Amino acid sequence: MEHIVIIGNGISGVTLARHIRKLSDKKITIVSAETDYFFSRTALMYVYMGHMKFEHTQPYEDWFWRKNRIELVRGYVHHIDTDNKVLKINERDFLSYDKLVIATGSKPNKFGWPGQDLLGVQGLYSKQDLDALEKNAPNNDVCKRAVIVGGGLIGIELAEMLNSRHIPVTFLVRESSFWNGVLPQGESAMINRHIKNHHIDLRLSTNLKEIKSDDNGRVKSIIIEETGEEISCDVVGLTAGVSPNIDFIKSSNIETGRGVKVNRYLETNIPDVYAIGDCAEQHEAIENRRPIEAVWYTGRMMGETLAQTICGNRIQYKPGHWFNSAKFLDIEYQTYGWVFSEKSKQDHEQHFHWKHEDDTKCITVAYHKDTNEFLGINTFGIRMRHETFDTWLTEHRDIDYVMNHLIEANFDPEFYKHFEKDILSAYNNQLQTA
Amino acid sequence: MSLAKPDAQDLSKKQKLAVGMGVIGLFILVLALFNLDLPNTSIFLTVSLLLISVGTILFANDAYLTKLKGIKNDGVWFKSISSRGSLGWITGIVLTSFYVVLYFYEGLLGAGVDGAANTGLIGLFDPLSQLLSGRPASQWFVYGTLYTIAILAFGYKFILKYRHNRYEQIRTISVMFFQLAFAFLIPEFMYVMNSDLPYYDLKNVWPLNYYNFEQYRINSFINGGTIGMVMLIFGIVSIFVITPILTFKFGKRWYCSWVCGCGGLAETAGDSFRHLSDKSQSAWKIERWVIHSVLVFVVLMTTAVIYTYLGYDPDKYWLTRDVFLFSVAGFLTLIFALVMIFKRNELGKDARYGAIGYFAIIIALIAIHLFSSKTKLFIFEAETLRTSYGFLIGAIFSGVIGTGFYPIFGNRVWCRFGCPMAAILGFQQRMFSRFRITTNGGQCISCGNCSTYCEMGIDVRAYAQKGENIVRSSCVGCGICSAVCPRGVLKLENDSMKGRINPTEVLLGNDVDLMDLVNQK
Repeated sequence: MEHIVIIGNGISGVTLARHIRKLSDKKITIVSAETDYFFSRTALMYVYMGHMKFEHTQPYEDWFWRKNRIELVRGYVHHIDTDNKVLKINERDFLSYDKLVIATGSKPNKFGWPGQDLLGVQGLYSKQDLDALEKNAPNNDVCKRAVIVGGGLIGIELAEMLNSRHIPVTFLVRESSFWNGVLPQGESAMINRHIKNHHIDLRLSTNLKEIKSDDNGRVKSIIIEETGEEISCDVVGLTAGVSPNIDFIKSSNIETGRGVKVNRYLETNIPDVYAIGDCAEQHEAIENRRPIEAVWYTGRMMGETLAQTICGNRIQYKPGHWFNSAKFLDIEYQTYGWVFSEKSKQDHEQHFHWKHEDDTKCITVAYHKDTNEFLGINTFGIRMRHETFDTWLTEHRDIDYVMNHLIEANFDPEFYKHFEKDILSAYNNQLQTA
Repeated sequence: MSLAKPDAQDLSKKQKLAVGMGVIGLFILVLALFNLDLPNTSIFLTVSLLLISVGTILFANDAYLTKLKGIKNDGVWFKSISSRGSLGWITGIVLTSFYVVLYFYEGLLGAGVDGAANTGLIGLFDPLSQLLSGRPASQWFVYGTLYTIAILAFGYKFILKYRHNRYEQIRTISVMFFQLAFAFLIPEFMYVMNSDLPYYDLKNVWPLNYYNFEQYRINSFINGGTIGMVMLIFGIVSIFVITPILTFKFGKRWYCSWVCGCGGLAETAGDSFRHLSDKSQSAWKIERWVIHSVLVFVVLMTTAVIYTYLGYDPDKYWLTRDVFLFSVAGFLTLIFALVMIFKRNELGKDARYGAIGYFAIIIALIAIHLFSSKTKLFIFEAETLRTSYGFLIGAIFSGVIGTGFYPIFGNRVWCRFGCPMAAILGFQQRMFSRFRITTNGGQCISCGNCSTYCEMGIDVRAYAQKGENIVRSSCVGCGICSAVCPRGVLKLENDSMKGRINPTEVLLGNDVDLMDLVNQK
């Protein structure tokens, strides 16, 4: 029986395993150094906040794995011997495979800041990071202030987490406005205000110079690059993005760049070795996507795709229309299709922006300025239907159509106030003045 | 996990003050319970109930109005009361004891025997009962008053907690209204109008009010003149007409989380315990056996009770024992046949269990026909069957376990495992209703908030992460899964029956060809 070994028990690896099991009787083994069972990484924040216990982040009960004959091995892979098709685990164990899938995800970026390895300095990615945070910042007696470095999705989650335990947070963001490499200005500015409304000390256009140590090798304070200001703190969260977690592969023949290099079939340069999820790097980016996509959904889709290939139906990774979502404190965000920020958008992309006066809801619709084709939408504080936008994108609808049919896409709970009329009249006004 | 439980956030000064007020209010009740002779009971009763209500309101104001709108679940699993800590267990034990006394030792509460005046706790409530209906209080009046206050005060708290969510607010106003008007005030006023009528909470539908068709009630309905007959007919129409229509249009939520008193208490006072329900698959299996057994039990019990007081002679009254038995059997057979013909595929493996339940009832009905005498069913007195049901299901299950165990097993133990009304509505919801919880394409991140906060113990995530709509008989439509979802994945909807149940393998957002290949079997 063919033995499929998957390194990594995150969403990519587990989706792959489940789908291989649906399609075949192959022997499946998942190796993880992080946890015994699959959990939802995106839910770790809720454990610290007391919304859930860690076991609630595990989507499958423990019997699921035995029932589906998916073997789970807890251990760290030190070396991959692709000639003999053997993994070295935990220094002394060996595991041979017929096909190998690397799905080891990411690790937090560190940019060589002085003091970045001190006690109390940490990222927020793994279960171990969560445990560390529980130790470093159990309450506001032990942690009188925390400084977060890096204004992305993990940074704002960490800020929300610490805020839930009444730990004062200083949030250093390199950009002039929160996440404005991705979000258009109006949205980014609204989130800036929302962060401040939560009494988080948001510092825009601010870089970290160094992290200072006390006598015990623990973080004592940080220095800001621009002003030289010293901020005393007990925890520093490094959340300046993530990069593929592939150090253990460097000793093998598998080709790596920033991530494990794969073609459109998710195959590496070595036969029978594949890579999926955050750690995979496409030779060339697919359409508007990045070569490395560190997103839950893309990890899952690569798993769904690769299962076909491994089970004899070789197909390319060909994701459909882009979508994503996040939550910024109390404001939910969804995106369908492509909406680029002012920094990164091309000339043909034009935006219509509407914001509600309560400053917690807004949308941005991107369209082609010559053809009026609808390109994508960002929605904040209003839930919208994935299926509807997916259809409209496939049908190449123009922006007029989308704006006039917006109510069909509404996904807010029943009895919620609707804003489609306001949005449409704002759209019509703006068009007339433009 | 080796981690110690983090400290719960301390209560603010205002919250401590509010808790203190509530405790003093309760303490007055305890004093009365121990027969301390309180002078001027009306003042003490007013002060006590006011302190409890105002304390809850002030607490809620400080807990929610001082923060921005949004989900307020911080520290739920750290607080002793809401994480099966010592406070949770103490509350559970106190509540359970209260129910035991209420159902079985009402004398301890001060109920006057043989026309003697009430003393103790029940005596304390006399002034209010006199005011509303001109008669002294009973233990049920005390219970009803406290129950109503709990739903109103904690309903207010719930509305503030979800003040960003209009569905939750409107739903809560609805349960508050139905409790105050239908369960509490209207029956008292009806007594004033016509004291022959039995207590009748009009929103309580059989089989939840399993006693509705007992002989003494039927007699009082019939003797109660036009109003009595209207009530009796309303009771029957509720079962066979109103309930099926509303459940078809809106799902069982129209009742369970908008109208029902048990649901009302669970959604308000019980809200802090919703996450304690067991989500394991084994709990689901137990749930289905237990709740459907209760349903079979109540159908047989009610049939037997009605059977025993009907006559044999069709000349006296058209509804004889045999006509009645045959109509019950005929009705059940009709439903069984329709489901098997039209919904067999949707039922899958469950069809077998449904068939077992159906045949068990039919055989029992035949046995009743063959082997029963005037008062006996087989060897049992129908009365014995009735009192056993009242004791086991009406008192122990719905009261002692159902509410007393809130802080241990969650707030919907009764609704999930015991309520025969929920079983009937749920069956229809699964088979024949426009209601479903829609999953938003591929947006689920499997975080588990929906499953954790499902009071009915449904593993919502298991469906959402497959892009599959949730069509479960137990879902009461409280809408909390949708509220706590951080990615806007879930929406409660009434829509056409077509495509309501939609299992998928590969989710929206992936390669269209792959989705076609895998999803269309």
